[in-house]
Amino acid sequence: MLILITSLGFFIRNINRLRRNINIGNGQTEPITNKPERWRNMLRIALGQSKMVTRPIAGTLHLIVYLGFIIINIELIEILIDGIFGTHRIFSSAGVLYGFLIGSFEVFAVLVLISVIIFWIRRNIIRIKRFREVEMKGWPKLDADLILYFEILLMSLFLLMNATDVEFQNMNNGNIISSFIYPFFSDYSIDTLHVLERSFWWTHIVGILIFLNYLYYSKHLHIILAFPNTFYGSISKIGRLNNMKSVTNEVNIMMGKAVESENSNDVKFGASDVTDLSWLQLLNAYSCTECGRCTSVCPANITGKKLSPRKIMMDTRDRIEEVGKNIDKHGEFISDDKKLLGDYISREELWACTSCNACVEECPISIDPLSIIMDMRRNLVMEESSAPNELNNMMNNIENNGAPWPYNQQDRLNWNE
Amino acid sequence: MMNNLKIKTIEEFLNEGISPEILFWVGCAGSFDDRAKKITKAFVKILNSANISFGVLGKDESCTGDPAKRAGNEFLFQMQAMTNIEVLNSFDIKTIVTTCPHCFNTLKNEYPDLGGNYKVYHHTQFINKLLEEGRFSIEGGSYKGKKITYHDPCFLGRANNEYNAPRNLIKKIDAELAELKRCKSKALCCGAGGAQMFKESEKGKTEINLERAEEIKKNTSKIVATGCPFCNTMLTDGAKSFEADKQVEVLDIAELIVRAKDL
Repeated sequence: MLILITSLGFFIRNINRLRRNINIGNGQTEPITNKPERWRNMLRIALGQSKMVTRPIAGTLHLIVYLGFIIINIELIEILIDGIFGTHRIFSSAGVLYGFLIGSFEVFAVLVLISVIIFWIRRNIIRIKRFREVEMKGWPKLDADLILYFEILLMSLFLLMNATDVEFQNMNNGNIISSFIYPFFSDYSIDTLHVLERSFWWTHIVGILIFLNYLYYSKHLHIILAFPNTFYGSISKIGRLNNMKSVTNEVNIMMGKAVESENSNDVKFGASDVTDLSWLQLLNAYSCTECGRCTSVCPANITGKKLSPRKIMMDTRDRIEEVGKNIDKHGEFISDDKKLLGDYISREELWACTSCNACVEECPISIDPLSIIMDMRRNLVMEESSAPNELNNMMNNIENNGAPWPYNQQDRLNWNE
Repeated sequence: MMNNLKIKTIEEFLNEGISPEILFWVGCAGSFDDRAKKITKAFVKILNSANISFGVLGKDESCTGDPAKRAGNEFLFQMQAMTNIEVLNSFDIKTIVTTCPHCFNTLKNEYPDLGGNYKVYHHTQFINKLLEEGRFSIEGGSYKGKKITYHDPCFLGRANNEYNAPRNLIKKIDAELAELKRCKSKALCCGAGGAQMFKESEKGKTEINLERAEEIKKNTSKIVATGCPFCNTMLTDGAKSFEADKQVEVLDIAELIVRAKDL
């Protein structure tokens, strides 16, 4: 009971911290319109996993683990009630239905175990390219493996817990898998088995509660955030890049369509740090599972440039965490002479992007790395005037003669000569 | 006029008191780039052959602002956009057709917020519309049975979800459509987007257009079709190094139709 309350307390603290950190983003978002379409997107993309299955192997394995997670968690209700009220398998009186449920949990536990082991092999033995890019060294690699070990442990404990439960085995109702494990323990006395069952039971539930609190520190947070992320994800054509309202105001003033207001001077254009990004972009960063599908389709990355859309998201999350810890320490953000742009993400990465939207299209949970790249380019150009020279020439041409090349606008019809 | 294309500016139309059915937005590449000018002419041949009343802006046309926007210069983009919108609205333009997916995307998706609301078509969509309405026909022709590879421009495909219009036209000329391994929503960029056309690329192990060209080479068709003047340039350059017997010709869909029909 105490463990439960403590871990839930920690979980709520983490959720609050997450909420606070996401809200340090001051950047503008588009208005959240068309709720019905957004609900449909969430149901289709997050709940229905529609974009995961575009890669059949990873998609199917993920589907099994995802279904297993949801279905086996029904058993958690019984485990929690048993734990709190000191009962034992309180729902077992449900008879055939109970047997059916537990039976399917056991089958799923085995399927999840197999899938997770294949995931581990893909990461550690086959070493698929997207899992061994530069940004996947150190903690991200460890994090990915830890999640797999956690899942192997929890599934094994669940099966062992059932297998050593003599009462449950004697019921012979739903022990489809565990009845095969039970014989391995046949030499043990009833008392030993009881002790074993209790310790498996306890390790299992404590493990789950630890895993719950591990989420905040891990890419595994996607199991929660994929839902809001697909809900709030853009619903317009992905080719549409937002028009900055702050710039519209300025341009209207310049064109004599509006008058200058007093607070128009302190507007910052584009993003140089996480505080300049929008809450949605920060939510994107926390939702990222580092699967690397974006990076594996990025034309810049494929051809060996430094840009990796996944790294953009990981850097953003790391920097939010850094700013968050700074706020925790000082009560407010005290400058640490660091910025997302420069200290985490280099100009070379930003200028390598072709805005082709392959990363946006590919993300299974509607993350938009391109919007962050564009906001940082905006900062480089409009605040720092530091575009590559060739781009400055191109922009000068547009400004002076209405084309990216130095041709005269008066000659626009000469193509027919 | 040196050739027999019928071209009029919107201004000329309005002076005659007529408003044409569509505005043909030629775009910077279509106006100034020697290769893209041929695409412009091909599309005009199609419009002429279908007797479509269309106008161009001529010296009143200016960059949509797309390369500036994607380079990060939102100021310049919005200046261009608002100036263009003033021109378009002063001519009371309702429908725009363009041969450039970048112009298409910007006019269609980014101008409405700023007061520019038009019906915008990519030329492959407009030609399909003419076919559906029975105002233009394509039957067979010189490409019958030939293998044609199609490269999806990012700003037509992924950006605007238009994969069918160009493919349908390739089928109409009775050619055999040879898909690339990375096609439709998974298509690989040619390397020109996001203002890359105007700068050297960052350091890497190869160029994006070369990577795409290698993929094209595996398809063993002699013709690569696309619907974007920038893709056209990038792929033509990318395929330059092909061995003599592997040479390919990169053509716009409009050019394919003109050749198929011998317009």
